[in-house]
Amino acid sequence: MNRRTLFFAAMLSAAACLFAPAGVRADEKPRSGGELIFPVPSEPPSYDAHREQTFGVIHPVAPHYNGLLRFDPTDPTGTKPVADLAESWTVSEDGLTYTFKLRQGVKFHDGNEMTSKDVKASYDKIIFPPAGVVSDRKGQYAVVKAVEAPDPYTVVFQLKWPAVSFLASLASPWNFIYRADILAKDPHWYETHINGTGPFIFVEHVKGSHWVGKKNPNYWDKGKPYLDGYRALFIKSSSAQVAAIRGERAHIQFRGFSPAERDTLKAALGDKITVAESPWDCLLLVAPNHTKKPFDDKRVRRALTLALDRYAGSKALSKIAIVKEVAGVQVPGTPYATPPEELEKLAGYGKDINAARAEAKKLLKEAGVEDLSFTFSNRGVPMPYEPVAVWLIDQWRQIGVNVKQQVVEAAAYYATLKKGDFEVAMDFQCGYTVEPDLDLYKFTSRSKNPSNYGFYEDKVLDDLYEKQSKAKSVEERKKFVRQFEKRLLDEEAHYLMTLQWHRIIPHSSKVRGWQVTPSHYLNQMLDTVWLADGPTQ
Amino acid sequence: MSATTEGVLVEPASAARRRRWLDLTLSFCRRRPLGAIGAGVVIFMILVAVLAPWISPYDPLAIDFAAMLAAPSAQHWLGTDAFGRDVLSRIIYGSQTALIVGFGAAFIGSTVGAVIGVASAYFGGRIDLVIQRFMDILISFPLIILALAMVAVLGNNLPNLIAAMTVPMIPRCALVIRSSALSVREMPYVDAARALGYRHTRIILRHMLPNVMAPYLIMLTAFLGQAILLEASLSFLGLGVQEPTAAWGLMLRGAAVEFAETAPWMALFPGLAISLAVFAFNLFGDSLRDALDPKLRTG
Repeated sequence: MNRRTLFFAAMLSAAACLFAPAGVRADEKPRSGGELIFPVPSEPPSYDAHREQTFGVIHPVAPHYNGLLRFDPTDPTGTKPVADLAESWTVSEDGLTYTFKLRQGVKFHDGNEMTSKDVKASYDKIIFPPAGVVSDRKGQYAVVKAVEAPDPYTVVFQLKWPAVSFLASLASPWNFIYRADILAKDPHWYETHINGTGPFIFVEHVKGSHWVGKKNPNYWDKGKPYLDGYRALFIKSSSAQVAAIRGERAHIQFRGFSPAERDTLKAALGDKITVAESPWDCLLLVAPNHTKKPFDDKRVRRALTLALDRYAGSKALSKIAIVKEVAGVQVPGTPYATPPEELEKLAGYGKDINAARAEAKKLLKEAGVEDLSFTFSNRGVPMPYEPVAVWLIDQWRQIGVNVKQQVVEAAAYYATLKKGDFEVAMDFQCGYTVEPDLDLYKFTSRSKNPSNYGFYEDKVLDDLYEKQSKAKSVEERKKFVRQFEKRLLDEEAHYLMTLQWHRIIPHSSKVRGWQVTPSHYLNQMLDTVWLADGPTQ
Repeated sequence: MSATTEGVLVEPASAARRRRWLDLTLSFCRRRPLGAIGAGVVIFMILVAVLAPWISPYDPLAIDFAAMLAAPSAQHWLGTDAFGRDVLSRIIYGSQTALIVGFGAAFIGSTVGAVIGVASAYFGGRIDLVIQRFMDILISFPLIILALAMVAVLGNNLPNLIAAMTVPMIPRCALVIRSSALSVREMPYVDAARALGYRHTRIILRHMLPNVMAPYLIMLTAFLGQAILLEASLSFLGLGVQEPTAAWGLMLRGAAVEFAETAPWMALFPGLAISLAVFAFNLFGDSLRDALDPKLRTG
């Protein structure tokens, strides 16, 4: 296979991604049967999604559960909350009361009926965890005053203030609904056991090997799921995952592959492989430590962002790494994303790179650091940290800044960030849905938000965050999100955005009914997925 | 062995000494052609490293996205990598990293090992026992495992890398040198030095150490090859020198693995450079050992 053929294959696959209709095709009738097999690069630390943060839980465990809401599995942006266990809902005029009507006749896998008591108990565990119970997303629900269950099929959320992002928060893929009676007896039971209402029933988990689920014959959504079952294979090595798909021993890996791996699979299997791609709601950020000189000077920070030719970087790096889109604080193409022509007005986003670099050099001179050199701390994870760091160092070299890279082992990396023991560091943000409340919180002042590794205080930014969160209309909110973005990336250059991650899922063409989204946490219930011509042998 | 060393040391005329060295070199080349080839490659590698700024066709750090993954051609003799950087230029500059780390670790490791080995043999008794058991503990760890542990503890900058590679070499050298030093300890001139009341440091450094130079040089050359391989291994594992520094082991990881099928030159040429350097040092080291060891000397 020569390079020209490979390039052609890559172009074909890119074209297929752009123009092929997503998910279930209108002219195709879902077919029942078969076992979906997929490698998972990480293993679940526990089975309780309320306390965990890794996709290693979501991918094998989510098919056993439902949430109150979910994100529309056919929506490529992954931003539209739709009903799951809730049948319908109403919001009070003041935006402080959300009332949900639940589906009736939904059964847990142990045969008990799901009622509002279970929803309340699950959300109480997430929002108001009892002592000794870990809830990773407790802070996300600070707006909730109380969860009530006035009757078996009604759940009411009382809020402290109106929050436009509240429905998206309830559609979180982490919020599995558990049985209240079990939680009452032992709030840790779900860390080691499975009992949900989802489309698949738990069969077995062999640590270090696999996880198996089988079709729930009593699933409340009649006719679904289509699959007889699924098998998640725990395979850490990326090349072994590619080999599994290349050898047609697995159908899909839901997290994503690199461009080279995509091209290898496409070249080897041709039409047997379909490539789904999407901007990924994950981003590598550059955090200049404001407590270290000269990074307390915004001229220096602006110079660093002005040096980056993001458009050329996007074009080239997207061929070798899982990054692609040039973006501001929101994933391109999603409701609050800044349009490209407006984004170009921000520092470091202009198309004239020579003018930008001339300005960068001028700013460094004004700041008295023409011969700036510093150590760039990077996380010891190869993809995409390493290629992005090489690119950044090269870009900064072009304005005369000399940068040495220090790679910190992955497990020790966040300790380094938290201590502020760095000059400039690579930081990271990844979300389950594109929602300004979730995405912008990281950039508020350090005193409000411990994950701000720029170590700055900015009251103006905090105020804009509050305003966008409490905005009454989409247009008003957009205005505040843009102002926030301009201050963060241009006026103060507190953080530098690199390139948006790009999710590449080359999968067996047999897999249908699955829509790629900007998050590898979404669309993992597998209720809509089917196999075009039966199981892989 | 010691008689030969002493013979060289007592030669008074510098011209005669130069002539003698030339004769020895020519004799070495004639009798051990493989060793001479190894020495030639080593000298070539040193020259390439020293002359890198003048002979390198491109800046080894300069990214050129227009030339990404270019196959070997007239413009780029050994092709380019995933960032469009010239592979030949990175190999040329990579020889600097290999030699700095290799020579640094091998020289420090062998020298410290030699001093410990001689001291251990000289003092004997309980001191010897304690030192040898400690060396036994260190030597029980495989070279790469101990180096990995050291890098994990110290962090992965260049001085720490050299330190991490030095520590596993010390006990290996100390054990070999000690065995030679045990016989030197019994020599009359050591007894004479003791009788004259010289300090232990003087006896060890001036009277014993020069007489174990042959095994020291053999260990040093053997370690050079090992050190280059170890540096490449640690860099390949992401624990050695870091991008964008040019280093052979570093050139074998990341994109070189991902694009192994479509751009094999990215891994092939740095791999060849590592193999050639290690092979050359080993050939030279083996021949040196044969030449300096009276038991193996032929003709």
